[in-house]
Amino acid sequence: MKDNNKKYWKGIEELSNDPEFLKHAHNEFPEFLSVKEKGSNDASDAPDRRDFLKLLGFSVAAVSLAACEAPVKKVIPYVNKPDDVDPGIANWYASTYQEGGEYCSILVKTREGRPIKIEGNKLSPITMGGTSARVQASVLSLYDTERLEFFVEEGKAVKVKSVAEYASLDKKIIDKLTAAQASGKSIRIVSQSILSPTTKKAIEEFKAKYPATEHVVYDVLSADGILKANELSFGQRVIPSYNFSAADVIVSFGADFLGTWISPIEYAKQYSKTRKLSANKKTMSKHYQIESNLSLTGCNADTRLPIKPSEEGLYVAALYNALFGGLNVKTPSHEVIKKAATDLSQAKGKSLVVSGSNDPYVQLLVNKINSELGNYGKTIDLSTPSYQKQGSDEAILKFINEAKSGQVGAVIFYGANPVYDHPKGTELKDALKKISLKISFSDRMDETSSEVDYVCPDLHFLESWNDAEPKKGFFSLTQPTITPIFKGNRAAQESLLIWSGNNTDYYTYLVNNWKARLTGGNFQELWDKTLHGGVFQTQSSDAGESGSVANINLSEVEENISRNYKSTSGIELSLYYKVGLGSGSLSAGNNPWLHELPDPVSKATWDNYLAIPKKMANEMDISQGDVVALTVDGKNTGIEVPVLIQPGQANNTASLALGYGRTKAGKCGNEVGKNAYPLIKVKGNRLDLNAGVVTFAKTGEENKIAQTQTHHTVMARPIIQDASLAEYQKDAGAGRYKPMIHTNLYGEKKPTEVTVWYEHEKPNHLWGMSIDLNSCIGCGACVVACQSENNVPVVGKKEVLNRREMHWIRIDRYYSSDAETDITGEYFESESGVKDLEIAAENPTVTFQPMLCQQCNHAPCESVCPVAATTHSSEGLNQMTYNRCIGTRYCANNCPYKVRRFNWFKYFENEEFDKNVSMNNFLGRMVLNPDVTVRSRGVMEKCSFCVQRIQEGKLKAKMEKRRPVDGEIVTACASACPTDAIIFGDRNDTDSRLHKDNAVENAERSYAVLEELNVQPNILYLTKIRNS
Amino acid sequence: MPKLTDKTNFNMSLTNTINRSAITLLLLFLSLFVSLPSNGQDKPAAGAAGADPEKVAEGAKLFEANCKVCHAIDKVVVGPALRDVEKRKPIGWIVNFVHNSSKVIASGDPYAVELFNKFGKAEMKSFPELSDDQIKNIVEYIKSAPKVEDVKIPTGKDGEQTEAQSDEGGYSGIILILIIIVLVLVLVMLVVFLSVLKRYLKDKEEKLAEADQEIVNQKFDVLKVIKSKGFLSIVGIIFVALALRACWNNMLYVGVDQGYAPIQPIPFSHKLHAGQYKIDCNYCHTGVTKGKQANIPSLNICMNCHTHIKSGPRFGQDGIAKVVDAYNSNKPVKWVRVHNLPDLAYFNHAQHVQVGGIECKTCHGQIDTMEVVRQHSPLTMGWCINCHRETAVNGKDNAYYDKLLELHSKKGPLKVAENGGLECSKCHY
Repeated sequence: MKDNNKKYWKGIEELSNDPEFLKHAHNEFPEFLSVKEKGSNDASDAPDRRDFLKLLGFSVAAVSLAACEAPVKKVIPYVNKPDDVDPGIANWYASTYQEGGEYCSILVKTREGRPIKIEGNKLSPITMGGTSARVQASVLSLYDTERLEFFVEEGKAVKVKSVAEYASLDKKIIDKLTAAQASGKSIRIVSQSILSPTTKKAIEEFKAKYPATEHVVYDVLSADGILKANELSFGQRVIPSYNFSAADVIVSFGADFLGTWISPIEYAKQYSKTRKLSANKKTMSKHYQIESNLSLTGCNADTRLPIKPSEEGLYVAALYNALFGGLNVKTPSHEVIKKAATDLSQAKGKSLVVSGSNDPYVQLLVNKINSELGNYGKTIDLSTPSYQKQGSDEAILKFINEAKSGQVGAVIFYGANPVYDHPKGTELKDALKKISLKISFSDRMDETSSEVDYVCPDLHFLESWNDAEPKKGFFSLTQPTITPIFKGNRAAQESLLIWSGNNTDYYTYLVNNWKARLTGGNFQELWDKTLHGGVFQTQSSDAGESGSVANINLSEVEENISRNYKSTSGIELSLYYKVGLGSGSLSAGNNPWLHELPDPVSKATWDNYLAIPKKMANEMDISQGDVVALTVDGKNTGIEVPVLIQPGQANNTASLALGYGRTKAGKCGNEVGKNAYPLIKVKGNRLDLNAGVVTFAKTGEENKIAQTQTHHTVMARPIIQDASLAEYQKDAGAGRYKPMIHTNLYGEKKPTEVTVWYEHEKPNHLWGMSIDLNSCIGCGACVVACQSENNVPVVGKKEVLNRREMHWIRIDRYYSSDAETDITGEYFESESGVKDLEIAAENPTVTFQPMLCQQCNHAPCESVCPVAATTHSSEGLNQMTYNRCIGTRYCANNCPYKVRRFNWFKYFENEEFDKNVSMNNFLGRMVLNPDVTVRSRGVMEKCSFCVQRIQEGKLKAKMEKRRPVDGEIVTACASACPTDAIIFGDRNDTDSRLHKDNAVENAERSYAVLEELNVQPNILYLTKIRNS
Repeated sequence: MPKLTDKTNFNMSLTNTINRSAITLLLLFLSLFVSLPSNGQDKPAAGAAGADPEKVAEGAKLFEANCKVCHAIDKVVVGPALRDVEKRKPIGWIVNFVHNSSKVIASGDPYAVELFNKFGKAEMKSFPELSDDQIKNIVEYIKSAPKVEDVKIPTGKDGEQTEAQSDEGGYSGIILILIIIVLVLVLVMLVVFLSVLKRYLKDKEEKLAEADQEIVNQKFDVLKVIKSKGFLSIVGIIFVALALRACWNNMLYVGVDQGYAPIQPIPFSHKLHAGQYKIDCNYCHTGVTKGKQANIPSLNICMNCHTHIKSGPRFGQDGIAKVVDAYNSNKPVKWVRVHNLPDLAYFNHAQHVQVGGIECKTCHGQIDTMEVVRQHSPLTMGWCINCHRETAVNGKDNAYYDKLLELHSKKGPLKVAENGGLECSKCHY
């Protein structure tokens, strides 16, 4: 690279030139397949005579089968075709995803009455069309065979033909509830944050019928500290609306607001607006992240400061002192804090300080800082509180204590699994025995529901009616997109209503509740309109409030921070949530798409692990994959996890992900990783993810971590092209690498001028993509969206370890360092080169680069296929024809981007791959996209640019006798992206956003990866610009 | 350019099976020309004097779309024949009746009640969406429509198809026989020449040289020839070549089910519905202009008519009773699928019918003559591609194609293949 000397490497193995890594580095495929596929423990893996005979027999059988007449196929039309269902044509419905307080307004694609794909709803003022990996994957949970078909009474299923037959069961429950009420003991409903006002009303109705009832709300991803702090400073126990898009300076203390904190889709959308650059907007926000483990948000920060968890409060205090002074706390001093303070003081009212801490005193100080900076009413809006976190750590702890002391007569668990996801889960499990009536609405026999008397499975959100109010005045509706799959399931709200003596069905109840809200016209019309659009708003989107001033007693803060935050000398363990899996405690815990989604930062799948910095690993002589036993605060935890070496992890800290180690989630989630919830520290009446001082020792075992990165090398090529904001403002093309090719006759030439190929004609369309490295936050929503759209199989941990994952789009994560070395061939072998890189490894800057088939116009794969199975289309697509492919894999070898995937196995209808649920059981198969072939063993596959969507869009345009409109045809990845980092369009259409982006507004930043090869990809990337 | 008729299409597919001699090809062209004149579709009749042709045309369109399912002009179908409807009742009455027939009947209008009773107490569907003018145009059309004789129901199995085949066989047979006759004549003449020559040489006074003598007196030993190595190997090679060729030809047709005509659970006759009653294909196959699937009609579509029509010409009440029973018991009919494309191929009806303007018959054959539906086309990839090579893009009045057609205007009509119609990912993804 011309302009900077940053070197990128893909993983520790590459950095340290691990011998195994070097061995793999030049092999596209790890090994050849032996004939024996399973259970071959004997020494010789070579095919023996029996295998040969089997193969022979198979071939004969196959040949004779092929000669047979085709089987008789039946075609069964509807008896009474619903008006709005046409076989082969998708219907879309607006709905709402809500689970555990998480919110996303969505559009659901249904085919022949089956939901098969989820997309974001652009009409929503909150999520604005963005989605997350979990939202995308939630459609698979609908078809989870672990779901209960019927109510369960004392461990036995009550088989019924319709929910009406539960009447006698309901009577029993009502009798028991009445008895509990009469006994003088308390009744508790335990749930996570509930967004639905109508559900809350139903709960109120239940409470009115049984006055001993109290609703205990807790959040697994707790924001109790913020709620408490706001109660203290403003008298309102609420989460305010944050507006990152109005912030020029963002300082985050451990808040992973792009990944897991409160409302990540919303924040990602806002954040990306401040990060986009173009000829018309040459400024961007400045983002500081101060945290201990490298989070997704930390990866995107301009400046990142790794700290120990025990210093968090002190660093917030340091920022306060650097800004305003006067806080009597012994604060550490650091360059980054000083710079952040300077930037903040210059951006009063245009900045935002957030903290992920659950300590109300830290949050109070954060409030104070925001208040002093005048951010309330500008970037923080208290008048439009967010309801996505309402839970109280205190309430759930109190409930557990009550249960232990036998004061609780009845409990109902609604969308909650505290036996698994609460640090006192085991205590609760024992205490539950003392409660005479225990009911759960869980959809499966999970850790909590297997301890209760009655499980009354709730409907999946895609089967149910509901509403949501994620923010005050912002409503959205959930409508069913399929009739309940199991006739024995009933909406939880309906159960609550029946038990309260109200026999209205929940739909009618919901509509009646909305009659008060939708006024000023014909209700039916308004209701239909709201249902159609999915969202409804009574409050304007602008922060309408004049700045509040926080009323904070600083001396109390001072005292608490000084007392609670003392730097320790030991290794501190911090717990965190995975971006993909989230809390992992509900249905997502059994979702194989989420388990196989590589963690954005570590790129690990199917496991949790102890992340430690390289320096510590060297000192302790631990290498990646070594299993260690954890001792926290001197207590043996019984948790044994493998170690992962994580650049960016603060020194003397370790981190471990929550949400793993389920025992009763189902086939895909059970026994994946270890459960770290018991490690959450209970400090008084709040939970703390800083688990304390950890020591660990090698057990001698090894558990390889299935990472998807480090499978393909970068070899120091300028794949990532980046520059600083200052450089960019001077020269929009800063950081660009413009290779020249030396020719004997004509001297130096641009790669595009040296070609041996004829050009393909593209008179009609030229599909292309622009990927903005500045906007991509690496969240992985596109990966799951692609998996869902294109029937991409799940291969499982073993196969990921064999480097045979099948994702068509991967997000490459590159660490960088500022080592001052030139790129030479010997660079990687030279000791000094490696050493230089190693120093920077402690806190690397990170770049994410989505990598998918580049749809090259001079595609190297096409020219090597011996059977013309991969060819070029007149619309610029690199076509892959499965039925022609004979599996030579030459194309994958010749692909410079390594984006082709080979079907090493038959992944469908194969019990060896039973975790690939979307192809291996009758229910899971319903999620498959009927327009995309399920590939069989022995063929190559790759990103098709969602050609089925292109064809569909073109047909629609042709039928309406017009050209396709820009934005009408989008790939699954582009449509899923919460930050609009991926733009898809037609390069021949000069009005398209794509053309504008790549040819006008960001022409100088657009580059093709590996331009020197002159493969002329149809995907262009925009340089990464850092505000540092 | 006139569309190829079914007959010619069928002939073309025959070329796959019949020896491809030049003569056959020539004949094919001949038959194409022969069949062209018979291609004249019944055009809308010239309007009666005084009628506005535009109105009549619009009326004809509306009639096709809305009325034809239950009414014919000169024939009682589900509802009464409509000839002279304007003379039976004033136009105002007709408009009211079409807008809301049940209201007119309920009002006790004697003629309406009479009609209601006469036609099995079935009310006519209401068409509130039709404007007064539109209804008047329909009446105009009915007025101007020429009197048509009752459609003759073709007899015999699959009439035209069988004929076509036998015709074809006849031609090539005659030619073969002619060739054989000519060859035999030539052979006879050669033998005659030979014996005449031999006799001449023998009778010649002059003695021939010994070697020549031997040749002249040589006896033709058939057995020796047959036993000779050369003959045996030539026969052997020919046999093997023919066997291989036969194998190859058969293998090409593995999985090709052209002519597949399975027996269906309900003996539904397209000949009756589409042929005799001329019910539009679209009426039942609702998806054909909308999307991928043409749709086998759901039972509620059958019941639109069969709530009233309880017995048919061939099976009496039995056939229709099956439909009604299935509908009443809410059990779908399990039809046997006739056209089976492999799962790896994506085919979209709307693209071909709605955008391309291809007629159903082009691929499905003379459905309106089929008692039992038969797979008319081979549905092979070669067949698809061949059509894509030969067919021009139907881009007229379609803004999607404007620029493309303009770009291509100098090179003649834009063929589907030239617009990427042969590219893999158009059908395989």
